Amino acid sequence: MNIVVLVKQVPDSGSERKLDPSDNTVARATADNVINEMDEYAIEEALTVKEAQGGEVTVLTVGPDTATDAIRKALSMGADKAVHVSDPAIHGSCAVQTSAVIAAALSQLEYDLVLCGAESTDGQVSVMPALLSERLGIPQLSGARKLTIEGSMAKIERQTDGGYWEVEAPLPAIVSTWDTINEPRYPSFKGIMAAKKKPVETKTLADLGIDASTVGLATATSKVVDFAGRPPKGEGVKVADEGDGADKLVGYLAAQKIV
Amino acid sequence: MAEVLVLAELNPADGGPRKSTLEALTAARVLGEPSAVVLGVPGTAAGIKDVLAEYGAAKVYVAESDDVDAYLVAPKAEVLAQLVAEKSPAAVVIPSSPEGKEIAGRLAIKTGSGFLTDVTEIAADGTATQVAFAGATIVHSQVTVGTPIYTLRGNSVTPEPAPAAGTEEAVQVAVSEAAKQTRVLDRVVEQKSNRPELTEAAIVVSGGRGVASAENFSVIEGLADSLGGAVGASRAAVDSGFYPHSFQVGQTGKTVSPQLYIAVGISGAIQHRAGMQTSKTIVAVNKDPEAPIFELADFGVVGDLFTVVPAATEQISARK
Repeated sequence: MNIVVLVKQVPDSGSERKLDPSDNTVARATADNVINEMDEYAIEEALTVKEAQGGEVTVLTVGPDTATDAIRKALSMGADKAVHVSDPAIHGSCAVQTSAVIAAALSQLEYDLVLCGAESTDGQVSVMPALLSERLGIPQLSGARKLTIEGSMAKIERQTDGGYWEVEAPLPAIVSTWDTINEPRYPSFKGIMAAKKKPVETKTLADLGIDASTVGLATATSKVVDFAGRPPKGEGVKVADEGDGADKLVGYLAAQKIV
Repeated sequence: MAEVLVLAELNPADGGPRKSTLEALTAARVLGEPSAVVLGVPGTAAGIKDVLAEYGAAKVYVAESDDVDAYLVAPKAEVLAQLVAEKSPAAVVIPSSPEGKEIAGRLAIKTGSGFLTDVTEIAADGTATQVAFAGATIVHSQVTVGTPIYTLRGNSVTPEPAPAAGTEEAVQVAVSEAAKQTRVLDRVVEQKSNRPELTEAAIVVSGGRGVASAENFSVIEGLADSLGGAVGASRAAVDSGFYPHSFQVGQTGKTVSPQLYIAVGISGAIQHRAGMQTSKTIVAVNKDPEAPIFELADFGVVGDLFTVVPAATEQISARK
């Protein structure tokens, strides 16, 4: 079973994140960059499938040169090798363009199963499986809280409001995973050391046969016109409960005509 | 007047249009004359046409087929792409559910267009407002290629009736084999509740680590029920097993934007703020006066939730 896991490096959602005012793209150069948290669940799922069925796990990342940190994290968890698509022309690409780059990179790999996190914590568009399904003609099994592979079929429980849908498709397929699907392993010391020797192949747009003018900020299908910090909230009221906390709380709600 | 396609999102429980559909019809009016698109099994449109017309649908395109329901996402995108090709609308507006966003993405590729997800407002010139980075940044964006496709975040727009003709037009549905790869075998409802749906609710009461146990969540549920609200939970509470994941509010859970959000025993980590920061009014109850949630709160009570919340619940119930 050849498995490809899509991994994205993102600004740490626990730190301050910004857009770059020079071109309104995510300020990645100055950010505290980490592997997208949700991708760790996809890596774990890939390793679980590999352990059950045999095969190889390849990490695929599109991102600037600094994204190698995210790749090393994935390799240290146990993935076998990586492909890093890095090209300055990709900077500022929209989801539609990025999906074209990932699709081209996938087309140069052999895969039975593609796994990715259900969303990235920076853009939160959450549609890459749908876009890749559309481009590659392989089925999407998105939003999984459980994955089962039986022969040539993959079945998931697609997480929904208050329940799940049972959904199945033939392999090769693309599956995205929520953080309810498993508990990602921590890289072992041995894993961290081994990761340093695992192969990472770097590819440019030219390697993928993509015309650089079709990606990047200048030809993106959507653009950020302007942005601003959320206006600070007016000073709120904070009261200490001295036996009258509930009275004050209900009084506030009444004043707001909520009760 | 330009036509704007609005995809109707239906409530699986009763087949009626979700509030998100009425919000999308309302938001679409600034761009042109809304036409609702109903995708579902045969018989879906009959009961909901009138509501769609009441909220501004000049036309109701009815694309009914078992295939639309039996396979995931792809058939719906295919039918919408067919309609975009036939009608050349000024824009497409879709409620921002996971499925809605996936339909929007596929539609964008099929029609050579750009798409914007989770928009909270659409202006007459097509500029959309989005909230980025846990609500800390407000972004204005535009689609620059093709037919603009928007997904509208729930509870961002107040549905307003604007009666229109609602003229029904049947759409022939021929779903390709390529769109029939992912089959939906079963739709399972695990939690049946009389409470409003989390992302649609006008009032949300959430509990965090401070609630301390699954049993204690009855305190949160009690306050929610006294207010007719939904129950949410922080990631810390969900990870501790106090409440099911489907109620998680935050970066890796649901994003809510109710009229009133009450955070109980929640410290207010960025992870949580990401899911509730755009709520209109925020109330916090926490015993730690330094908890960051108080920076967001319009009204905060520093105190023990187990005394404050039950007493408040009792008072609110007594007022009815």
